[in-house]
Amino acid sequence: MKREPECPDQQVRPDGAREEKPGIFDNPRNVQRLLQGFYSCVVILLLVDLFYHKHALFPWEEKFGFYAIYGFVACVILVLVAKYILRPLVMRKEDYYD
Amino acid sequence: MINALPPAVILIVGALLVPLLKGRLKQAWMLLLPIASFVNLLSIPAGTHWSFQFMDYELVLGQLDRLSLVFGYIFHLIAFITNLYALHVEDRVQNIAGLAYAGAALGVIFAGDFFTLFVFWELLTVCATFLVLARRTPDAFGAGFRYFMVHVAGGLCLLAGILLHVQQTGSVAVTFLGLNGLASYLIFIGVGVNCAWPLLHTWLTDAYPASTVTGTIYLSAFTTKAAVYLLARSFAGTDALIWIGAVMAGFPIFYAVIENDLRRVLAYSLINQVGFMVVGIGIGTELAVNGAVAHAFNDILFKGLLFMTMGAVLYRTGKINATDLGGLYKSMPWTCAFCIVGAASISAFPLFSGFVSKSMVMEAAAHDNLRLVWFVLLFASAGVFHHAGIKIPFFAFFSHDSGLRCKEAPRHMLLAMGLTAFLCIFIGSFPQYLYRLLPYATDYQPYTVSHVVAQTQLLFFSALAFTLLLLSGIYPAEIRSVNVDADWFYRKGGRLFYTLSDRIFNGLNSWADRIFVRGIPGALARFFADPGANIQKSVAHLTAGTSGDLAAIDAAIERRSRLGAYPVGIGVLLAVLCLSVMSFIFFW
Repeated sequence: MKREPECPDQQVRPDGAREEKPGIFDNPRNVQRLLQGFYSCVVILLLVDLFYHKHALFPWEEKFGFYAIYGFVACVILVLVAKYILRPLVMRKEDYYD
Repeated sequence: MINALPPAVILIVGALLVPLLKGRLKQAWMLLLPIASFVNLLSIPAGTHWSFQFMDYELVLGQLDRLSLVFGYIFHLIAFITNLYALHVEDRVQNIAGLAYAGAALGVIFAGDFFTLFVFWELLTVCATFLVLARRTPDAFGAGFRYFMVHVAGGLCLLAGILLHVQQTGSVAVTFLGLNGLASYLIFIGVGVNCAWPLLHTWLTDAYPASTVTGTIYLSAFTTKAAVYLLARSFAGTDALIWIGAVMAGFPIFYAVIENDLRRVLAYSLINQVGFMVVGIGIGTELAVNGAVAHAFNDILFKGLLFMTMGAVLYRTGKINATDLGGLYKSMPWTCAFCIVGAASISAFPLFSGFVSKSMVMEAAAHDNLRLVWFVLLFASAGVFHHAGIKIPFFAFFSHDSGLRCKEAPRHMLLAMGLTAFLCIFIGSFPQYLYRLLPYATDYQPYTVSHVVAQTQLLFFSALAFTLLLLSGIYPAEIRSVNVDADWFYRKGGRLFYTLSDRIFNGLNSWADRIFVRGIPGALARFFADPGANIQKSVAHLTAGTSGDLAAIDAAIERRSRLGAYPVGIGVLLAVLCLSVMSFIFFW
């Protein structure tokens, strides 16, 4: 069977970075601004929790910041478990099955 | 009788005509077929059509009700989008397999009897296998072969269940079964293989990333969703599904965090999303089944969109591992934007499609007071944002600059991605159009203040966790590696079985060969070449003990034997020996 080329008009230039204008995230100040904006959003979202009437199906949903804390803690646990428990258990070399 | 054709016919027959066409004509054909098939579907009134007798059974090619129709609509939509995305593909294997695959999926969901369903079910497997093999790399050949073996096993399980069911009830109709008795369990597990249940799921994460750029889009849409349809039809309200679905929603996100191949990350998140659907079907209330079906509809679009963007990256750069990518937002801004829309949709951001369907399942779980399941689903919601919502766009388009510079995706790919992205936002913003298609009438309202704020908080704080972990260096670095999953059992286990069988049976074989084929006949031949001398030699060896020169005695015996210098003939010697042995046995 004939093998179709995966990327027929691929134009990968590893040295291309020299001749182009920098992207917006190449400037560290822009990254800082983005992060500051994001942190402000997070704080505002947490404060919003105090100012509206919650329509909850479970009692714990009405506690201050339940979703915020759950989202944060869930993701930290997810990453730590994946990194320190799952990865040592399941990670093998790339040619493990070959 | 109506003038329309059975829903599956146009795509499957159309696929067979593809080899006759080429160039622009073929491209037009690929785009027109799904449209023609969709128009045909719209012209069929709801009800049961094309039923005919086969032996004692009534086969039905068209069972149209609200449940099958909503799947019919989305299958046509994604078939059109995928054909548009794959417009450049000149490989006829992929053209034909893709179209026939969509046709087979239509055949499954509109089949009114289990025999017809089974035929289309197997056609799904065959077409999907060709879509994997079409990549034509050793990896793809291996994955395609494993895909086929797993699905054939699942198909046999389904067939056994169907035959038992027909034997017991005399009915072949595809209706509600529920879990009662061996037949229903076999059907349940057969469907579960296609639905990628835990431990049965590894064909998915194995084969989908191994397929071609465009093949993966077809694959992500049909097999699992056809299985979800059949679960909704035959096993709605089965409690076991709640727990199966909860595990499906939960465990893949751990794998997705450490996986390097970005299409495999999406494959894991596909299982995670199907988990939500399975939970909904397991709960079985009107809200829950509506949620499951709506989520299947949305998932086909946003998961297709994410696979399309990663496909475009693979197409342009030839790379798909997170370790090789990064900084592509400069080269592929449109693809990057569409990827972010897909990521927002799968993460269920307000105004994006995931939000309006995932929340139905969550709320149905809360109504039934399934606390643990609700917590698992909430965990999965945060987790999916983490790995599919942030990880996919971040590692492909941002992160460190990999130095890769390539062209933006081709125009037809951008069109397909743009159309899908538009639909994701449209459904998220105006969910009533989707809700009207659902199996049960609903006035569900996703946009309440509580719900919007809660979901936004959940997602933003997940993002905060990602940001802080990344900045602090705790976030696991991507590593080129293989992560073993349940497929270890048949990939390594299969090899172990092979090695063991090789050792045991081939060992036995060569042992038997040594003893019975070469050893014993050889010894007998040598003995009977000169039996007199050999007997004398044996006796001489036995009686000589350690003393005496055995070599000299042997030489003397051989010389006498050669010259025939015996006092009595050999025949007489043997006769006497034989008689003495017999009398010994007789008088003992």
